[in-house]
Amino acid sequence: MNEIRVAARINGEDISRTVEPRMLLSDFLRGPAGLTGTHVGCEHGVCGACTVLLDGEPVRSCLMLAAQIDGCAVTTVEGLAGVAGEPDVGALHPIQRAFHETHALQCGFCTPGILLSVAAFLEETPRPTRDEVREAISGHLCRCTGYHNIVEGVVRAAELLAEGP
Amino acid sequence: MKPPPFDYVAPTDLDEALAALADAGEDARVLAGGQSLIPMLNFRLAAPVKLIDLNRVSELSGIERRPDGGLVLGAMTRHRQLERDATIAEYAPLLAEAAPWIAHAPIRTRGTIGGSIAHADPAAELPALLLLLGASVRVARAARDGEAPGRVERTLPLDDFCFGPFFTALEADEVITRIDIPPCGPLEGTAFEEFARRRGDYAIAGAASRMILDEDGTCLHAAVSLINAGPAPALVAGVEEPLVGRPPTEDRLAEAADVASAGCDPAPDMHGSEAYRRHLVRVLVLRTLARAARRAAAGRTPGIETEDG
Ligand SMILES: Cc1cc2nc3c(=O)[nH]c(=O)nc-3n(C[C@H](O)[C@H](O)[C@H](O)COP(=O)(O)OP(=O)(O)OC[C@H]3O[C@@H](n4cnc5c(N)ncnc54)[C@H](O)[C@@H]3O)c2cc1C
Ligand code: FES
Ligand code: FES
Repeated sequence: MNEIRVAARINGEDISRTVEPRMLLSDFLRGPAGLTGTHVGCEHGVCGACTVLLDGEPVRSCLMLAAQIDGCAVTTVEGLAGVAGEPDVGALHPIQRAFHETHALQCGFCTPGILLSVAAFLEETPRPTRDEVREAISGHLCRCTGYHNIVEGVVRAAELLAEGP
Repeated sequence: MKPPPFDYVAPTDLDEALAALADAGEDARVLAGGQSLIPMLNFRLAAPVKLIDLNRVSELSGIERRPDGGLVLGAMTRHRQLERDATIAEYAPLLAEAAPWIAHAPIRTRGTIGGSIAHADPAAELPALLLLLGASVRVARAARDGEAPGRVERTLPLDDFCFGPFFTALEADEVITRIDIPPCGPLEGTAFEEFARRRGDYAIAGAASRMILDEDGTCLHAAVSLINAGPAPALVAGVEEPLVGRPPTEDRLAEAADVASAGCDPAPDMHGSEAYRRHLVRVLVLRTLARAARRAAAGRTPGIETEDG
């Protein structure tokens, strides 16, 4: 079994590690990278909890190998507030503020994945209808909220993003 | 769960990838989008000794228009590209219309057309759609012992490619490199529709229809391909009977939908009985045939534009 050298930029920081080929990206983020904000629910692509951005596009980190991110940029929930440029760890992104305002989370297990999917979605669809929002979050399971307030949160996030910083 | 151990290489050159696959023998696999293979590894349903990652092989990507108007899609074309690419929207609008229904956005970011065909899930959209469009699959392998060194290629119509559930004509040392789609004419219309419990889930059933009309509105060609209504993608036999040679009136479309519903082979499960699935097929075929006819009559096949009914 060979070992693979991986050099990637995670939340704006360069990181270089040697990994076993079978290490999933989700486990790499939570383990060697020390970023436990990425949650792991099902490990087969269904729940959406592990969703992160790879070069700006949403991906399931449980369905990628850590070895595959060599040379790529990854954004996790920890880096969301700085997603457009400099990372601003600790600050809240407008989508996070909107979710806070609208009570779009309860236990928060599903939240990091949803935030990153929504970040990519609003970039492409800045003024979404509620139906479009429902479709955009259909790949995420939430066992707490009943989704209603998540939809409200995304609509509010679109407003906040339109207002600018 | 976590995948069992394996070796991993990520070549940038196709011949290097083919050689690595041939050298590693029967127990190696190529890794495309990973959206079917990695779940299988996580469940330990697959335990390859080696993965050859195709994601860095540039020769396998790209969407091109041939001089005759047909399209050539690299095997690593992502579902997301089918959804967004302007060439696809214009020249293979059926793929653009259906792509948003394949899984969820984060899965479409990675999943590939080659992987979907190689995986051959009877519930997958792309094999059925490509069959309807008359596509063919190009595959390549490294020369075997006793053959002149180099790359050995062959082309198979999609019809001869997917045999049954998860069963294709692909040999262990072969890689899908390209998909060829023949050109579509101006008086041709296509349409797609599927039904799933939740957007992005595998469809309980789906249908894609294609119709070609002449200047007077007489049907020259009608075909229907079904999703998750049989062991492998196949064009439904007999749907052209009530349609070809006449204008596609409502009654004739309904007759064709009845033929499809009676002729399909759906497997009942907890999501629906056989009778329910046949009913669903009838409804989806009727809607898609009617839409394909309207689009053919309008002399265009608008991809993602939504129309009712
Ligand atoms: C939650 C979830 C929902 C999904 N829903 C749908 C859905 O609704 N509809 C649908 O169609 N799909 C669905 N999928 C599957 C998805 O579309 C996959 O992307 C696709 O089936 C396989 O493509 P891939 O590129 O990911 O292939 P991989 O997972 O990388 O590979 C699959 C198999 O094909 C082989 N292979 C891949 N590429 C090649 C090649 N070029 N040549 C030879 N062999 C190759 C691999 O060795 C492997 O055996 C879903 C997946 C998930 C996780
Ligand atoms: S943990 Fe990745 S989708 Fe559930
Ligand atoms: S807030 Fe608990 S799972 Fe969504």
